[in-house]
Amino acid sequence: MFAGLTDRSWLWLAGECYLVGLLLGTWTLLRGNRQSNTVINTIITVGYFFQVIGLMLRGRAVAGCPLGNTFEIFQFTAWSAISLYLVVGVTFRLSLLGYFTSCLAAAVTLVSLSIPAWDATRRAHIFGGNPWIELHAAIALFSYGVFALVALTSVMYLLRNFSLKQKQLRGFFTFLPSIMDLDHMSLRLLFVGVILLTISLAVGSVYWLRDLQSVNLTKLFLTVAVWLAYAIALGLRLRGRLIAQRFAWVGIILFGCALFSLWPVDASRHAPTSHTQAASR
Amino acid sequence: MSADHLFVLGATHHTAPMAVREKLSIDAEGAEALRRELAAMTGLREFTVVSTCNRIEFYGVAATPETAADVQARFCARQHFTLAEFEQFRLSLSGPDAVRHLLEVTAGLDSQMLGETEILGQVKEAYGAAQAKGHTGAVLNRVFQKAFQAAKHVRSNTAITEGQVSIANVAVELAVNIFGQLSEARVCLLGAGDIGEKTAKAFQSRGAGSLTVANRGFERALQLATELGASAMPYDQREARLSEFDVVVCATSAPETIVSRDATAAAMRKRPARPLFFIDLALPRDVDATVASLQNVFLYNLDDLAKIAEENRVARTAEIGKCRELITTRADALWRQVEPRLAAAAGGNHVADQRPESA
Repeated sequence: MFAGLTDRSWLWLAGECYLVGLLLGTWTLLRGNRQSNTVINTIITVGYFFQVIGLMLRGRAVAGCPLGNTFEIFQFTAWSAISLYLVVGVTFRLSLLGYFTSCLAAAVTLVSLSIPAWDATRRAHIFGGNPWIELHAAIALFSYGVFALVALTSVMYLLRNFSLKQKQLRGFFTFLPSIMDLDHMSLRLLFVGVILLTISLAVGSVYWLRDLQSVNLTKLFLTVAVWLAYAIALGLRLRGRLIAQRFAWVGIILFGCALFSLWPVDASRHAPTSHTQAASR
Repeated sequence: MSADHLFVLGATHHTAPMAVREKLSIDAEGAEALRRELAAMTGLREFTVVSTCNRIEFYGVAATPETAADVQARFCARQHFTLAEFEQFRLSLSGPDAVRHLLEVTAGLDSQMLGETEILGQVKEAYGAAQAKGHTGAVLNRVFQKAFQAAKHVRSNTAITEGQVSIANVAVELAVNIFGQLSEARVCLLGAGDIGEKTAKAFQSRGAGSLTVANRGFERALQLATELGASAMPYDQREARLSEFDVVVCATSAPETIVSRDATAAAMRKRPARPLFFIDLALPRDVDATVASLQNVFLYNLDDLAKIAEENRVARTAEIGKCRELITTRADALWRQVEPRLAAAAGGNHVADQRPESA
């Protein structure tokens, strides 16, 4: 508890902030006005602050990184995406990226909060008390947050490309960034994501080599497959073999696959051993 | 003692045809001489002269309405214009109407190209010059500064400046939507005609990285390239060197297409990740229409650009009501602030008395 609120209450507040960002952005765009970066960034920052408190409370309760169930994984992924947005969005000032990020964050946080089963139980001691394994998991999920932003910039790219090809330039399309800016941003983010996931796998592999039984084959296969897919996409993009709309579609599809791979990965770990309510207290 | 009078006097594209405006326009030297003459006038307490290609306007604060007529007479005499003729084309407003007019001018509502922003800079420049010479005082300082604020407010809260309304600027805006900053964009102009030249200049004014001109007659290409500070390229190299450019403005009078799909596809293989933007201003068209289906290639022809310009113009026109509402509110509030100043100024001195050195 902090200020009389539980971790879930803080996370609800965060989700509601992101929802306000989404609704305010939609309302502004429907009125045909440009969205204020200051307003959206303030809303997202407040939501992020609440989310940090919520995740810290959960982390303190479980004495580690809160990655013990689907709910926590989704919350952590959204937190990662927002963390990166607060750096990327403020630095590069890509128009509408804040709006799209608040859409994604609101969807991920509120959906995960709305499904109690995802947070009914959690696995205790999933990292075996080893901080390196914990770091491996945290970096891996952070890279998923980065890939979430790649998917967002890819969606924006496709919308901008559609508007230019179809010569639909008014309304919502007026506010989208340029094709080149979006392409460069997607490439930079993909680069960062692949590096992070590579580091995560490198850390994890050290311990896996010491104890081959410690990692379930399904998890190993899916994690390596996700990493390989993103690395191949990056390689093809750098060689000019995967460009424009195809690159954008790959960014979106791969993130969908990466997100769905979290279920089998999560399910393949040890059986649940503790209830969240107890952990939260 | 009665209050001073705030007035605006002049002629604009709304009141006078171009031939008349040409006669009324004053060059920098003439304007300076006129300012000196006005500054020496008794009863003219403050004034600013706004002179652009579409308007000549005198904003003034006078002790009596007759002073405004005197300003008109002096201006007409200087321009060799009869008073009777000038009165046919004259814009003459006073009090709150003059305030509202200035607010509409600075917001671009009174411009020929609705919502254009250049006028704000021109009015600021005129006001700055008058202020520097001590030709403005408590009334005009307040009116002009509030007019600039109102212009910013209108631009921020309406879509009056959204979208470009000229073909050349629409083309540049599209390039910005593709490339972002144009500082690295390499522009190629095929054809050295008037519309192509205008478009090339629009790209240069937005900081395009480089400009290359190609024309069937190389001499003309060289001449235009020199004028624009660009480089010239032999016409028959246009397809072979297509991959070197990001924006290709086509404006030739060739009877058939001069840029083929095959050449474009070959160019894109050399620079797959960088978009290629064709602006086809020619009739008949210069670029094979099927290039539009290639990945990362964008093609806009004259009809497309004209349609966008027209849509933007219609959208701006639709904002007029909203703009006028904002302006009326601000103009009314401003007039309430200005009225007491006019009354107070009635006891003060005219420009010549305030700053004898500027006269």
